[in-house]
Amino acid sequence: MHPKNSSHAYSIEDLQAGDRDAFAALVEEYSPKLHRLALRMMNDILEAEDVLQETFLKAYKNIDRFEGRSAIGTWLYRIATNEALMRLRKTHPDTVAIDEPIEAPDGHLITREIKDWCCLPEAEFMTSEAQSKLDRAVAELSPALRSTFVLRDLQGLSTRESAEILGVSEPAIKTRLLRARLQLRDSLSSYFEDRVLEMTDE
Amino acid sequence: MSKCPDLIHELSDYIDGDAAPEICAEIERHLDDCPDCKVMVDTLEKTITLYREQETQVVLPDDVRERLHIVLNLNDQT
Repeated sequence: MHPKNSSHAYSIEDLQAGDRDAFAALVEEYSPKLHRLALRMMNDILEAEDVLQETFLKAYKNIDRFEGRSAIGTWLYRIATNEALMRLRKTHPDTVAIDEPIEAPDGHLITREIKDWCCLPEAEFMTSEAQSKLDRAVAELSPALRSTFVLRDLQGLSTRESAEILGVSEPAIKTRLLRARLQLRDSLSSYFEDRVLEMTDE
Repeated sequence: MSKCPDLIHELSDYIDGDAAPEICAEIERHLDDCPDCKVMVDTLEKTITLYREQETQVVLPDDVRERLHIVLNLNDQT
């Protein structure tokens, strides 16, 4: 490998010149992140692997078209997210498009008695049942909300980066993130509130 | 709970520590008076924490990595 700048073991020039070592370094850095993203988006191991492979195949093929206006990571995230969304649209054509208008929450969110489940013992959150409840709740988000939640909260990208990747405005990202978080909280609450009841019954 | 609707729009920024100081102060004053909103915020924060913790457990499986390298013809590089 030929480190040409401080943070990466590759440079854009090397990548665009077809340097295989540079491309290998890029794959090494981004494959774990993009695989996690694909798993969350697809909720299917095989589909996620396809998204991962297709992302790097497309990146390699189109690296000439990378103009450096965004970071290379942002560019890869965009390819991966588009690939996942395209596949979701094919397999679930009834689900809404990524550019669906999403209204801000109207504030009337507390519609039933609200119970605190933060106090549950840590072990309750780690059971395989609880963990698969977490997975299911993400899978139930619309593709627009899911992609926003995955980029912002799970990949730790900024509002600006997420907006660039999804091709929507920053306020739209904020609205979607809030909606996604609230929906996830609701889904988890229905499960964990029952755990609280079980514990108090014992 | 008359202020709850206003609070909700600032909730994400508040949780992320991105809300303006005066907004934070206003939210915190409200949370002191509104147990339902307090639980709402606590469980919302817990939800995000649970997902972030879960995410740290995920590693790229060796076989997935291997097949990716085969597809990309990168076997010589590793």
